[in-house]
Order: sequence, then structure tokens, then C-alpha cells
Amino acid sequence: MRDPVSSRAKAVPPSGIRRFFEMVIGMPDVISLGVGEPDFVTPWHIREACIYSLEQGYTMYTSNFGLLELREEISRFYGKRHGLQYDPEGEILVTTGVSEAYDLAIRAVVNPGDEVIVHEPSYVSYKPCVTFAGGVPVAVATSADDGFKLTPEALEKAITDRTKALVLNYPNNPTGATMSEKELEEIADVVVEHDLIVISDEVYWMLTYEGVHRPFSSLNGMKERTILLDGFSKAYAMTGFRIGFSLASPEITEAMMKLHQYTMLCAPITGQMSAIEALRHGKKEVDAMVREYKRRRNVIVKRLNDLGLPCATPGGAFYAFPDITSTSLTSEEFSTGLLKEEKVAVVPGTAFGESGEGFVRCSYATAMEDLKTALDRIERFISS
Amino acid sequence: MDEILEILEKDARTTPEEIARMTGRSPAEVKAAIRELEKKGVILKYTAIINKDLADSAVQALIEVKVTPQRGIGYDAVAERIIKFPEVLTAYLLSGTYDILVIVEGRNLQEVATFVSEKLATLDQVTGTVTHFMLKKYKEQGVIFHRKKRNKRLLVSP
Ligand SMILES: Cc1ncc(COP(=O)(O)O)c(C=O)c1O
Repeated sequence: MRDPVSSRAKAVPPSGIRRFFEMVIGMPDVISLGVGEPDFVTPWHIREACIYSLEQGYTMYTSNFGLLELREEISRFYGKRHGLQYDPEGEILVTTGVSEAYDLAIRAVVNPGDEVIVHEPSYVSYKPCVTFAGGVPVAVATSADDGFKLTPEALEKAITDRTKALVLNYPNNPTGATMSEKELEEIADVVVEHDLIVISDEVYWMLTYEGVHRPFSSLNGMKERTILLDGFSKAYAMTGFRIGFSLASPEITEAMMKLHQYTMLCAPITGQMSAIEALRHGKKEVDAMVREYKRRRNVIVKRLNDLGLPCATPGGAFYAFPDITSTSLTSEEFSTGLLKEEKVAVVPGTAFGESGEGFVRCSYATAMEDLKTALDRIERFISS
Repeated sequence: MDEILEILEKDARTTPEEIARMTGRSPAEVKAAIRELEKKGVILKYTAIINKDLADSAVQALIEVKVTPQRGIGYDAVAERIIKFPEVLTAYLLSGTYDILVIVEGRNLQEVATFVSEKLATLDQVTGTVTHFMLKKYKEQGVIFHRKKRNKRLLVSP
């Protein structure tokens, strides 16, 4: 038989996270700090609205763009929270998670051979999707010294004649890094100078613990260049509902909608109905979750530093990204050893790019009690 | 609500040192704030929520109490008498068809019934009682009973 698998599918290595997952599975009594989703279940009022929508028989396709009612809520929400105006008819596309929105954004802007800059360490899907679209992902390493922020100098250096787009992700997975308005403005200057499109994945923005999050598209001149991606998975603890959305110019939105129309048709209506409820009445519960994450963050960061694993205080998301080089272990060795000896799962930093070497990602989307036990076990591991 | 209260309400065993770490304040500051909350009577007591169905056999009843209010002191005098009985766990003055809701605990049905007929119903101002025995607790003080926690998430995910 001839090779059934395409070279494009083969070009991308399997995810490092997947491999780690295989190791953990079947191990009893593991405390996992390796989870990239909230430990909270979706607030009950949202689940209840979801059930009600099913009782009412909302089980059909929606408009390709998503329910107008949801797009209107998103538009109002962005107006209220960020003073940004996006037209529910033409500038908002509801997708099956930010995952799909990102893929659509890439395929809508990337021509074969175009380069797309991705700062690393970062989310595992960014580079593969560029490859799948026939583009060339270009990684730019960020460092702990810079607080894992993308610097204009590093960006400038990576830009070539073929560079079409920049992927930004702040608050960042896996480092928890955030960028200030001023720092983002410096990036925006480079973006204008080189006429780039920015795909800004801001799915963690509501989980911001210091200062105020500024959407990239709210910066001067950035709205028409930015595809802003946001979703319900993280802030509302709605990962399984699979709802995200993009905010972009009518031209880009139309292109993304076309790809979406022929591949996904529409996002699941059950998730969309739930998302409407989340936007209308979700603030109180989100605020309570954010306060709890912040407390856990303070606990884990203090303890990691006390243990001699230097860790900057992350400004957002729910990840701590400590430096483990003092143990003389690689990220992979540290994670494997910790799992085998102390049954605590963390994710090696290298799963998020080469520049993640020397670090591990610890998710504090973990109940406080478990977090404390896990930290005790980490202490035992590094002192053994 | 004060963040210290939010933390203690979740877990009253959280130490001032831990609260300090969680909130970025100093332990001394947290201790002082807790002392103040205790002094003001905002924090009344640190206690455990016990699922008595599992711990031992105890019977609880909700009792609707109708009362004739007294001139000048209203319901307070009779309420003061009622709440001094150790059998009374909770007492609220309510609007509506009866006046005081009393929650009573005893070792068995007989004990509660005796308390109601001998102590509560015989008070001068009490004109009537209706007793509802509690059959099952689903939720108390925000805590859901009879629920096993089970991890449903993947153990490692991106
Ligand atoms: C940075 C980032 N973007 C996107 C996603 C995917 O989100 P969604 O559930 O909306 O597809 C994740 C999930 O882990 C993420 O960490």
C-alpha cells in the first residue's frame, strides 16, 4: 500500500504534552499540576441555562457567524469592558473554541511560504497550524530575564520579507506573563513599520491579576490589523462547551467565515446558548474564581521561590513557570522524576518550545489543598 | 465581602500565615484584622459542618411558633427564653403566617417531641406550634451533602 499519511501531517511532531499524558495515565494518586483547564466546573446558572435550551429544543444549526443574539452580547460586552466597538454583523465570528478561531485566522491570512512569527514558550498549537496552512512558523524566544515578554528588538530581528503575521498570546500559556500597554505599543510600532497582521490570542485576559488588560486591538491603529481571539473556556470554566470567537475587520471576518462555513458550518448551538448566559450573568462567579486563582498564585509562587526554584509572579492565566536549573536536571528529567518519585505531574517547559528548557509549567487550576500537598512533594523531590 | 472572610468561610482552619501568603499581606496585619472581625462580632465562631447522618443519630425538626407579642418588647422577650434552651440550634423571627422559626435537635424523635410539648408549647406567649421533622439534608451553609468528588479532567492537557 502506498503511504496513507500526507507529508503535511507528518511534518509536525506529536505534541510533547500528549506523550506526558500517556505516562501519567493509569498512575494512581497522582496530583496533577499539568492541567490546562480550570478545576472549577462551569457555574451552575450557565449549566442550567444550557439544560433549559435543550428542553426548549435548541438543537439545530445556527448562522455560520453564530447566533446573532450571542454576537450582540459579545459586541456589548467588548464595548462595556474595553470601549471597543465591533459590529455583530460582519466583525464577529463565533467558533468552536479559540482553537478553531486560531486555525481560521491563520488560514485566512497565510499564503504558502509566508512566515508567521510566534513567541516562545507558547501554546502548543500555534506553530503546527501555520505548518498545516503551508506557512512557515518562525519562533522567537522570550526569556525569563524579560519576564517572557516579547521585546521589539527580538521581534524586529525575526522579521523578513516573507513575514506576514505575528501571533501574540498575553496573558501567556505557559508562563503566565502579561504585557503592559506601553510594552504592547512598542510592539505595535514594529507591526506598523513592517505591515504585519497580528493574531492576538487573549483567551486568558479575564484572568489578569495585576493591572488592567488592554486588548491589542485597542491600541492606536491596531484595530484593522488585529484578529483578536477570545473565548469562554478559561474565564467561565467552559472548556467542554467549545465556544470561542474572533473580532476582526469585515474583510478578514468574511474570509474566516468562508473557511468556517465549509469546514465547521457553525459552532455548537448548545455551547452558544450557554455562552449568552455567561455573558449576561457570569461576572460574579468569574470574579470569585479570579480571586481564588490569585490566592493560589500567591501561595505557589512564594513556595517555589522559597524552595530555590526561582519563579516570577505571573500577571495572568493560571500557570507558574519556575526555573528548575538549580536541580541540574533538564525539564524533561525533572518532570519525569517528579512524576515517578512523588506522583506530581507538571509539564516540561520544552513542550512549549525549545526556549522552555530549564522550566516546568505548574498549573494552579488545582484545589488549594492539592496544591499545598503537591508543593510538599516537590520539596521532598528536590531535597532527595 | 472582606477577602479574609471569604477565605475563612471556605476553610476556617486556614492559618493567618497562610492567609497572609494568599493575599500578599503580612501575618501580623492578618492577625490584627481577624482579631478586629472577632471583636466586632463579624466572626462569631469557628466550627465544623458535620454530616450527622454519618456521625451519629440525631434528629432535627423545624418548628413554626406562633407568638403573641408583648407590649413594649415585641417578640424579643419570648425569643430570649426560647434560644436559651440548648436543644435550640437556630431561631429566626420571620414575616408571614407564623412568627418564629426554631430548629431543634434531639437524640431521637421522642426527645424532640417532648421538648416541643413540654418546653416550647407551654410558654405563655406561644399560641401554637407546627413541627416538621427533617428527613434529609441536601445542602447546609453552602455545602452540598452526599456528594463524592471525582476528578473528571484529563490529567495533563495543553
Ligand atoms: C493560549 C491558549 N489558546 C487557546 C486555547 C484553546 O482554547 P479553546 O478551548 O477556546 O479552544 C488554549 C487552551 O489551553 C490556550 O491555552
